[in-house]
Amino acid sequence: MARTADVVVIGGGIHGCSTALHLALRGLKPILIEKDYAGRHASGVNAGGVRQLARDLHEIPLSISSMDIWERIEELVGDDCGFGAHGTVLVAESEDELAGFRERVDDLNLRGFVHEELIDAAELRRLVPAVSDRCPGGVVSRRDGAADPFRTTQAFRRRAVEKGAEVIEGVTVTGLSRSGANWRVETSAGIFEAPKIVNAAGAWADRIAAMLGEPVPLAVVAPMLMVTSRLPAFIKPVVILRGRKLSFKQLDNGTVVIGGGHLSTPYRDSNETVLDWEKLAISARTVWELFPAMHEATIVRAWAGIEAYMPDGIPVVGRSSTSEGVFHQFGFSTHGFQLGPGTGAVMAELVATGSTNTPIDGLGIERFTQTPLPR
Amino acid sequence: MIAAADLASSYELVVIGGGPAGLAAAALAARAGVSTVLFDENPGVGGQIYRAITSTPVKDRAILGQDYWEGAALADEAKASGALIVNGATVWSLDRQRLVGVSIGGKARVIEAGRVIIATGSQERPFPIPGWTLPGVMTAGAAQTALKAQGLVVDGRTVMAGSGPLLWLLAAQTLRAGGKIDAILDTTPRRNWLQAVVHLPDFALSPYFAKGLALLREVRARVPVHRVGTIEAVGTDRVREVVFSGSGGTRRLPVDLLLLHQGVVPNVNLANAAGVAHLWNDRQLCFVPVLDADFGSSVPGIAVAGDGAGIAGGTAAAERGRIAAIAAVCALRPDATLPDTQAIRQRLQREEMGRAFLDCLNRPADAFRLPAGDTIACRCEEVTARQVRETAQMGCEGPNQMKAFLRCGMGPCQGRLCGLTVTELIAAERKTTPDEVGYYRLRPPVKPITLAELASLPISEAERKAVER
Amino acid sequence: MFKRLADKGPAIAITVDGKTVNARAGDTVAAALLAAGIDHCRTTPVTGAPRAPYCLMGVCFDCLVTVDGVGSRQGCLIPVRDGMKVETQLGRREAGR
Repeated sequence: MARTADVVVIGGGIHGCSTALHLALRGLKPILIEKDYAGRHASGVNAGGVRQLARDLHEIPLSISSMDIWERIEELVGDDCGFGAHGTVLVAESEDELAGFRERVDDLNLRGFVHEELIDAAELRRLVPAVSDRCPGGVVSRRDGAADPFRTTQAFRRRAVEKGAEVIEGVTVTGLSRSGANWRVETSAGIFEAPKIVNAAGAWADRIAAMLGEPVPLAVVAPMLMVTSRLPAFIKPVVILRGRKLSFKQLDNGTVVIGGGHLSTPYRDSNETVLDWEKLAISARTVWELFPAMHEATIVRAWAGIEAYMPDGIPVVGRSSTSEGVFHQFGFSTHGFQLGPGTGAVMAELVATGSTNTPIDGLGIERFTQTPLPR
Repeated sequence: MIAAADLASSYELVVIGGGPAGLAAAALAARAGVSTVLFDENPGVGGQIYRAITSTPVKDRAILGQDYWEGAALADEAKASGALIVNGATVWSLDRQRLVGVSIGGKARVIEAGRVIIATGSQERPFPIPGWTLPGVMTAGAAQTALKAQGLVVDGRTVMAGSGPLLWLLAAQTLRAGGKIDAILDTTPRRNWLQAVVHLPDFALSPYFAKGLALLREVRARVPVHRVGTIEAVGTDRVREVVFSGSGGTRRLPVDLLLLHQGVVPNVNLANAAGVAHLWNDRQLCFVPVLDADFGSSVPGIAVAGDGAGIAGGTAAAERGRIAAIAAVCALRPDATLPDTQAIRQRLQREEMGRAFLDCLNRPADAFRLPAGDTIACRCEEVTARQVRETAQMGCEGPNQMKAFLRCGMGPCQGRLCGLTVTELIAAERKTTPDEVGYYRLRPPVKPITLAELASLPISEAERKAVER
Repeated sequence: MFKRLADKGPAIAITVDGKTVNARAGDTVAAALLAAGIDHCRTTPVTGAPRAPYCLMGVCFDCLVTVDGVGSRQGCLIPVRDGMKVETQLGRREAGR
């Protein structure tokens, strides 16, 4: 006996949970199927950066609309998710870099985007007093901040269930086929049927796409993070670099999270990752050079999250190119956390009404499959 | 002193831990011709049971007892074998590729290993009573270490509490060394005897039977023993009193030092972080690695020997180390000459006989494993039992999700002193088993390293090029 | 809390929060503090509660002290050296000391 729903959402990361919540808010009945537990992977273990800064142009509309939601997140999900906004600062390590940043900011401004501001050495030092003296300036995105990734994902999950979504965990999707007007979703715990499917399966989304005859070149990556023991407060904004891999933030509890995207080795079928210590050593040296005060900080834990990376570094958001009623929302290429709340809203709009007011051009799966949707 | 820079980039066998299992394993493998390095974080070998065996200031052998001095032979054997023994070496990472991250003197290296034997032994089971975080409350093992390694004996008003052979051994050693113990609070539940007695015949045949009885007699002759159901350490800036209750009602004793002990459990952190599968052992009330007959784990090439494979004592540990080493040597050098495995296994079996009796007898009471109210469950992050229980009741299914909400397990000890408590509390609240609930998913570094240490890791040109944007 | 079995072995002088403490060769920092009757070696970062060594075997991390300017060191694993400067670790460790 098949269970039925209005929409089956595959994947319980921030994207799947956000979509499930927004579908439920529109009066639809989604069933979300998650193979481990909500937030188990990238969504629950990332650096928590809520960032508009330094995004690909195609992502910016989604990012802005998502930021609007972050600023009222407590109202939406009943939890402030640990969100604090002290801005993200992209630090220039040389005059050449700063010149490049100036060009980018000018270009954004021409396009009507004003969220990135160029800053000089004085403003940089004001925002990030602990940064090395030799940095000549940078870019700030003032609305940006950071949140607790696992708590956020769980909050979306919880609110989705409160609003009528069903969340089923520990269940894996094993097959997809047509059944009349519906999609038939085979899982390790039985059959589900729904007219609409959302593929938010993260690092496993290519398997879902393959079941639909639209294979995509998704790379499974596992960016690494480290966290220190508690330190007295010395930095407020999130700091990122361009020329070297670094993201750096201090949480309210005093611990410092160091990321940046150095990759470890993932084993996606066993949910395991093997860390690369030489790369983490490079991270450590980068932090050392930028923040001399961190020399004796203690690393208490290092880890990596399993995530999907697309060849062009931007996600797949939009209708399936082969299958009526199927939508994709994956491939966020290590920067999907901030986009979660907003993309879920946009996806729900698309699924429920057939279109969305937020521009998602350039994010469609057809850029990989080049198969026009059968009409 | 061997420095980090002196280490080769790879060894055929890396042994982690210099207690009986590690020493026996390293000695056997080195003698068989395998290039072997043993890393131990302490200034000298011996682990806990043979702590300071090469340097103890307690020269009168009668104080620590004959069992302790057996460790000297193991230390000598390892030293003479040709294995490279590195003290002051903290292993902070091990993975399925058998890369070993180690720090010596603040400098880090990553060493390749053909085979790894994890011999990191056991640690004391957490003993979460009200006030257990107060200065002046320590483990019995700590007092024993202070005695062995520094010749420090308890002085002043001292009370020992708990259950298990080590408690009685420490009491005897302390008395022999001229220390004074005001009382022993025995937390062994009466009904343990009923469950243990069925295993008594096996235990009666083991060497520990006679030794155990003698120790008990020695101590009971000089120290009042009270059977207790509750214990509380009371004080503000340090412990001032211990309050306890038993069939005789509630009593208080002034104390300067309260020593707690309710058995030992495997130190799982390195194995867990390396991906070794563990299962709940309900008889020993702890997580134990899943191992084959040669102590090989679920990760190919990584074995776990000694008490880390399940509590069985020091002599058994040495035999387990030898068996694991034989398997490693066979894999690395199939033509090597090896000692008779059969004889070693027989000796091991004899040591393990009687374990069932001790496990049943010393099974710690629920009250002392499952705290409530404001009693601290996670010492590092000061998370109370009430918080853990309430979060479990609200739907949190396991310790890894709970970590994210309460920060329990996220402090520097990485769950060593709260892991079992949190798992058992969640299981109790959610009416399921510790096996279902699982344990923290541990990640390296299993000992904190400074940014400076990590930055000191030699980086190859290839790696440097790989990360340029 | 503790007394020495025998006053043998070379004496080693360390300072703890500026005050001289007489230790012995073979002491770890934690053992030296205990032998000198020092009540607590740190205060916690969460509530500022006083803590002292608990396990003396590198497992509990309650013996964390600052040694020669480097913080969050496990005192029970560090052998004392003449002139070693030990400081109580108060709350959150300061970066860069």
